[in-house]
Amino acid sequence: MPTVTLTVDGKQVSVPKGTTVLEAAWKAGAFVPTLCHDPELTKPGACRICVVEVKGARNLVASCVTDAVEGMVVETATPAVVEARKTILELLLDNHPEDCLTCHQAGDCKLQDYAYFYNVKPGAFGGEAHKYDLEDDNLFIVRNMNKCILCGKCLRACEEKQGRAVIDFAYRGFKTKVTTAMDKPLADSVCVSCGSCVAICPTGALTEKAMLGKARKWEIEKVRTTCPFCGVGCNFDLNVHQGKVLGVTSNAASPTNGRDMCVKGRFGVDYVHNPNRLTTPLIKKNGQFVESSWEEALDLVASKLGEIKGKYGSDSIAALSSARCTNEDNFVMQKFMRAGIGTNNVDHCART
Amino acid sequence: MTNSFADYLNTDLFFVIGSNPTEAHPMAGAKIMSSLLNGTKLIVADPRRIELAEKADIWLQHRPGTDIPLLNGLMHIIIKEGLHDKKFIEERTEGFEDLKATVETYTPKRVSEMTGVPEKLLYDAARLYATTAKAMLCYTLGITEHICGVDNVMSTANIAMLTGHLGKEGCGVNPQRGQNNVQGACDMGALPGDYPGYQKVANAEAQAKFEKAWGVKLSGKPGLTIPDMMDAAVEGTLKAMFVLGEDPVLTDPDANHIKKAFNKMDFVVVQELFMSETAKLADVILPGASFAEKDGTFTSSERRVQRVRKAIEPIGDTRPDWWIICEISKRMGYPMEYAHPEQIFNEIASLTPSYGGINYERIEYTGLQWPCPTADHPGTPVLHTKSFARGKGLFKGIEHTPPAEMPDEEYPYLLSTGRILYHYNVTTRYSSALDAHRPEEMAMIHPADAATLGVCTGDTVQVTSRRGSVQTKVNVTDKVLTGMIWMSFHYKETPTNELTVNAFDPVSKTGEYKVAAVRIEKAAQV
Ligand code: SF4
Ligand code: SF4
Ligand code: SF4
Repeated sequence: MPTVTLTVDGKQVSVPKGTTVLEAAWKAGAFVPTLCHDPELTKPGACRICVVEVKGARNLVASCVTDAVEGMVVETATPAVVEARKTILELLLDNHPEDCLTCHQAGDCKLQDYAYFYNVKPGAFGGEAHKYDLEDDNLFIVRNMNKCILCGKCLRACEEKQGRAVIDFAYRGFKTKVTTAMDKPLADSVCVSCGSCVAICPTGALTEKAMLGKARKWEIEKVRTTCPFCGVGCNFDLNVHQGKVLGVTSNAASPTNGRDMCVKGRFGVDYVHNPNRLTTPLIKKNGQFVESSWEEALDLVASKLGEIKGKYGSDSIAALSSARCTNEDNFVMQKFMRAGIGTNNVDHCART
Repeated sequence: MTNSFADYLNTDLFFVIGSNPTEAHPMAGAKIMSSLLNGTKLIVADPRRIELAEKADIWLQHRPGTDIPLLNGLMHIIIKEGLHDKKFIEERTEGFEDLKATVETYTPKRVSEMTGVPEKLLYDAARLYATTAKAMLCYTLGITEHICGVDNVMSTANIAMLTGHLGKEGCGVNPQRGQNNVQGACDMGALPGDYPGYQKVANAEAQAKFEKAWGVKLSGKPGLTIPDMMDAAVEGTLKAMFVLGEDPVLTDPDANHIKKAFNKMDFVVVQELFMSETAKLADVILPGASFAEKDGTFTSSERRVQRVRKAIEPIGDTRPDWWIICEISKRMGYPMEYAHPEQIFNEIASLTPSYGGINYERIEYTGLQWPCPTADHPGTPVLHTKSFARGKGLFKGIEHTPPAEMPDEEYPYLLSTGRILYHYNVTTRYSSALDAHRPEEMAMIHPADAATLGVCTGDTVQVTSRRGSVQTKVNVTDKVLTGMIWMSFHYKETPTNELTVNAFDPVSKTGEYKVAAVRIEKAAQV
């Protein structure tokens, strides 16, 4: 592949032709912030927080939509660049609730991070602020459009990753808003509650309803696992706090699904903590289930199966293994039936 | 699947038959939906106007149970117009003459009469599929859940081989597996005729291998499939059953027959997370730990072996399933000692050639796609790139088998069943958000039928077949054909499988969930 070599902050870097200045700068180790850019989505070059100075160019250039070319000289942190970025952040913060104390996204919010890094305070212009109602009409996603910075990543994910285009920009100017057709609540739209928009939102504008108020981002332990619901095999992170699964967040490194998944995987694992879980062995006595110890239940199962095997032979016993259980569980089940009981009567609902 | 989900992005045409991926396999559906935006073409064959049918370039609305005539009809046109891949057929396959002779009689006119699809659409679909270089065929239970399920599957293989759409990137025949670990359960030998890795129970060499590994004499007699188990239980020859994490009373066809089987047996053990309909019939219930409470692996539809990790301690006094089974085995005089699931996995790898090169360390981050026979093998994203498992791909001419039961005067409606997006078999009913979103069955019927029955969306009807009778609310929609009712099987309050047919494919023993004859009456409204 043909490469080009450019200089970023005095450092030479070679990248494949067609690489953006942004990616080249990152490769060179420079810090360049982004809000509307995402490596997996189309690039609108709209937020302009990624501006850099390119020698010979009249204006600052948006690095996410500019191709790196041979011999280019790029500066990522000149006073003009920093000034431009600060102004953008000031404008955003001017119309953003000062809510970091109770915002679910705190600690995992790009706006907060960049404001901190550039030491930008709210209220620089004292302009008008939105007063949208909180949208928690549906069961899965809470939308707080006061916190939306109009980066458009949610609507691009919805269209480009899920093939849906449920949401889009509506209205103009200060009134611009990300919403559904006819500005209806998500619950009344064709939204399939996949949460790809939530996963990609850089601020607290979109959050998972079930996780709100349960734990700060930095208190959550993430445990990577595989979805228990369908054969696509999405990977994601269980969000664990104090021994409880609070919910799920996606993990960009997942081979099949990246940050995208469906409503079941993202919002359905709460069944783990359902109060109706069976939590102790049960033995039916006179038609009623009675709680028992593991010892008693295991002894009973072993002696009953042993008795039946002795009386009617191994083939009078069968097992249904499970397409919901792990490979290890299934392996042990068929080994038990074949080697322990002595029959090949083992099957599972492969067909449903 | 012969190919990978990543490969969905490399194709120029999807041919989706008997599959509703945007509901049953949503991320596969999402990949199809988003590639349409980039100009990828789509052919859908489905009796229902599923979401993808609305997006399709060509929608073939064939009658339920007519997949074989439809595919034969397409192949007839492809051969007549000389659009088949002669080089591929010559080099990689045999039996072409047999296929050609069979499909010869499936003229567009005849197929159109059998399937209800206009002749023009048959021509359009056949030409588009045959002439697109990269075309991927996807199917699921709409193909397999028929008494002719195996024949249906062979028909999809026939059309893919005929057009050379196999063993290449962006092509293939890609069945998406229903449940999360169906692939793994099959790979692990949870099948009556197969040891792990599809090594045959009836093969003396395989038997000797496993006898040596497990230190006991094994039976060389293939076991019973689920339908045969149920019949044997009703007849009284099967005395005991151990059920792990399945709810056959709710999910298997002809539920009343299944209940009879469970009631007849001397001893039933159910290992479950929740009090399922089957668990209610057990003598002993053993509480298992959920996927969040144990380590292990699942194998996805694309043959990718991936880690499941323990995130929390088992809830209450529950235990991992493998541990419970080992404890029982030990008490019965066959100790299986494993300190951790990783040890089980290593035994799997040592006995299963296709898993031979896989271990927990290698799948720490991204999993591996089997076959992966050795420690340095990179895994296999696309199957059959050079040859098929048996060497040459074999064409087989296949004739139409009508469904076991068709509507008649007494039972005039055709019932078809399947999954909806917000639920997955049974566990999702225990997710508070998912269940609140879709709390009850909403059977789909056509407006014309609704008018005849005098019902509107939200009304309750009584649906009766020769085997049972259930109540359900209805959703009146022209997404289904007239004369048809479509229901899911997620709701114990509406146990749809009390209606379905106790008829199975003779080879795969898959139940015919997709076609049954029923009567519908307006129920007294509550
Ligand atoms: S949840 Fe999914 S479908 Fe709904 S708006 Fe977000 S991305 Fe679109
Ligand atoms: S909701 Fe979030 S992702 Fe969408 S435009 Fe607003 S800030 Fe960006
Ligand atoms: S998240 Fe949805 S699409 Fe992905 S594996 Fe789970 S159920 Fe399937």
